[in-house]
Amino acid sequence: MSQSNPTVAPRQDDPPYQTGEPVALFIPCYIDQFFPAIAQATAKLLNRFGAPVVYPPEQTCCGQPAFNSGYWDEARGVIRHFCDVFEPYRWIVCPSGSCTAMCRVFFGHVDPDPRIVGIGRRVFELTEFLVDMLGVTDTGATFPHRVTVHLGCHGRRELGVIDPPMRLLKSVRGLTYCELPDLADCCGFGGTFSVKMPGMSLAMGGTKVENVVRSGAEVVVSNDISCMMHVSGLLRRDPATRHIETMHIAEVLAAGTRD
Amino acid sequence: MSSQLHLAGAAFLKSLTAGLSEPSAPKSLGATTERSSKHNQAVIDAIPYFQEWREAARQVKTYAIANLDKLLVEFERNITARGATVLYAQDAAEANRHILDIAAEHEVKSVVKAKSMLSEELELNHVLEEAGIRAVETDLGEYIVQLAGQRPVHIVTPAIHMSAADVGRLFAEKLGEPYSEEHSKLTDIARRHLREEYLAAGMGTSGCNFALADTGTLVIVENEGNGGLSTSTPPVHVALIGIEKMLPKAAYLPLFLNLLPRSGTGQKLTSYTHLIHGATPGQKLYVILLDNGRSNVLKDPAATSALHCIRCGACINACPVYRRAGGWAYGWVYPGPIGSILTPHLVGLDQAGKLPFASSLCGACGEVCPVKIDIPHQLVHLRHRAVNEPSPMNSWTERLTWRVWAWFMGGPSRYKLMMAGVRMGVRMAKFLPWHPGKLGAWTRGRELPKVPGPAFRSWWRRHGNQYTQDQEGARSPLPPGEG
Repeated sequence: MSQSNPTVAPRQDDPPYQTGEPVALFIPCYIDQFFPAIAQATAKLLNRFGAPVVYPPEQTCCGQPAFNSGYWDEARGVIRHFCDVFEPYRWIVCPSGSCTAMCRVFFGHVDPDPRIVGIGRRVFELTEFLVDMLGVTDTGATFPHRVTVHLGCHGRRELGVIDPPMRLLKSVRGLTYCELPDLADCCGFGGTFSVKMPGMSLAMGGTKVENVVRSGAEVVVSNDISCMMHVSGLLRRDPATRHIETMHIAEVLAAGTRD
Repeated sequence: MSSQLHLAGAAFLKSLTAGLSEPSAPKSLGATTERSSKHNQAVIDAIPYFQEWREAARQVKTYAIANLDKLLVEFERNITARGATVLYAQDAAEANRHILDIAAEHEVKSVVKAKSMLSEELELNHVLEEAGIRAVETDLGEYIVQLAGQRPVHIVTPAIHMSAADVGRLFAEKLGEPYSEEHSKLTDIARRHLREEYLAAGMGTSGCNFALADTGTLVIVENEGNGGLSTSTPPVHVALIGIEKMLPKAAYLPLFLNLLPRSGTGQKLTSYTHLIHGATPGQKLYVILLDNGRSNVLKDPAATSALHCIRCGACINACPVYRRAGGWAYGWVYPGPIGSILTPHLVGLDQAGKLPFASSLCGACGEVCPVKIDIPHQLVHLRHRAVNEPSPMNSWTERLTWRVWAWFMGGPSRYKLMMAGVRMGVRMAKFLPWHPGKLGAWTRGRELPKVPGPAFRSWWRRHGNQYTQDQEGARSPLPPGEG
């Protein structure tokens, strides 16, 4: 199906990536602190396909939590810091669809300054960068497990990133793909929504968990580990689903290879 | 205004967001809306150029809303020339006064009503009853919720929360009919009772799906024939029209008739499409053009697309929150995502400021909207307004929290300090007997993430250089016009 969202924002991909150009990693705060292995896998993947990886250590956050809560004035300062840090880099890659959407789509809502908008549009979600910019079709990974996929809603609908993660996963050796019923439905995380309307968030998460169980998968993979923080939290709470793992797509794509 | 929000006799409307944070709708509502959404999607997927239709409709609507002042005058001129009387109403009270005046002039004792969400905005049934005039809803779903003393739970399918058995019991209790669960028997009962009402009524009211400015035509789509009977049988027809319903030209109507039924009920075309060209000789046609807060949308340039809505209900069916909360939880006439971006304008953010927060921002609504309203972006826009303007979401404690957060996110050392605190908090949480506030909201149904060893930034300091081939020399040119 063609992208039907009215507002898929333009990304800055012209002129295309040239081999040897450095790629700056934007590692969202929760990945930095709670899932460092995902950031490591991201660096490995980019480097394996010839991109020199840089990690600007002054980076903090894209401002999304404050933005989604309505506090745009507070988000603006954080966004400006982001742009000061990433301004020198032509290519910025982030292992999260949601944070990428914040940069590419929503920076301009908070601050229409062309500098801010321009830097936001240089941010790419990891799998779209691998496929569209580096031309990767197979990461060489091996992952002999039954896997189902939940793509985060921001990546899916704001960025239209659907094909790249699916294509890369289907090239993984040994992987058995189990289709998730109602795969495009929200998992109920929604950032601060998860704690502002916890009853609703849990009910939506409960449906997602039921569908995961129905898919027969042992591992749920996503390009947004924030959604998985919520889904995994639900899966681990119930002894009947505790055995089901959640993983970020970067970890799967880097699995079973040495570098 | 507040009386409109807290409707008499409706306990579930005590709070505007009652039910919004906890699932409160019957499971059948979720299942039915989900089925409807999937069916509509299949119908839409069969049209290869549906996306082009959406874009065309968006452009027509953008033009119409930008030129409402001219189109309203043109519509008024053209329909007046065909014998109609056009009345303007600033708000619900003025519209109700017009209706009561018309009823008094024509000595109306009872009114048959075709489906109209605008009449819900007016609380017209209540107003007519108080004036001693009998009001009967003729749309089957509306008839059912009226008999049950409820409000519509959905803008297209008002009684979607009720099963055939529920309706059977209701008809038995209120109409004294033998109990049945058979759909055909139930519709027969409703038809039999309603036929008498049409013949007795001194006035028929209706809404309007599209008002064609260049021809002065009212367009009404429906499936039951009640729209035709309500607007033609009684000697007086009063059409209630929101000012945003204008289409500049009749030539655009086919486009919208292609979009509305497909996105609403998954039909290629509704059973009936009425084009009413002015008054029937010997009968009266009144047209009431109502603002009721719509011009507030025009005052907010970032929000005007909210007026593009053609009331198909696709966003409502697609919304995971609506499916679980049901329509009443939204507290006013328009539920679901469209309600969350429209109600704050129509009744004020001070009353409805919480509605834009009743969303996970998943974007399913924007994806299905046939006129491409950027609903998820409207939601964040209204959140921004709600925390800055008088509203239940304007809180100095939350502002302070985000100020402090923004300060910590302003540089790497402050960031590390805050994250050390977060990591410690998550580690300690399992030893706490109970979890306060947002932490408790998370752990009431979910485990917290495990805290790993060092953060990525520490790992990178030691191992990063192996992934940074020729980082020093290579600095690619920035895109033209930047840097």
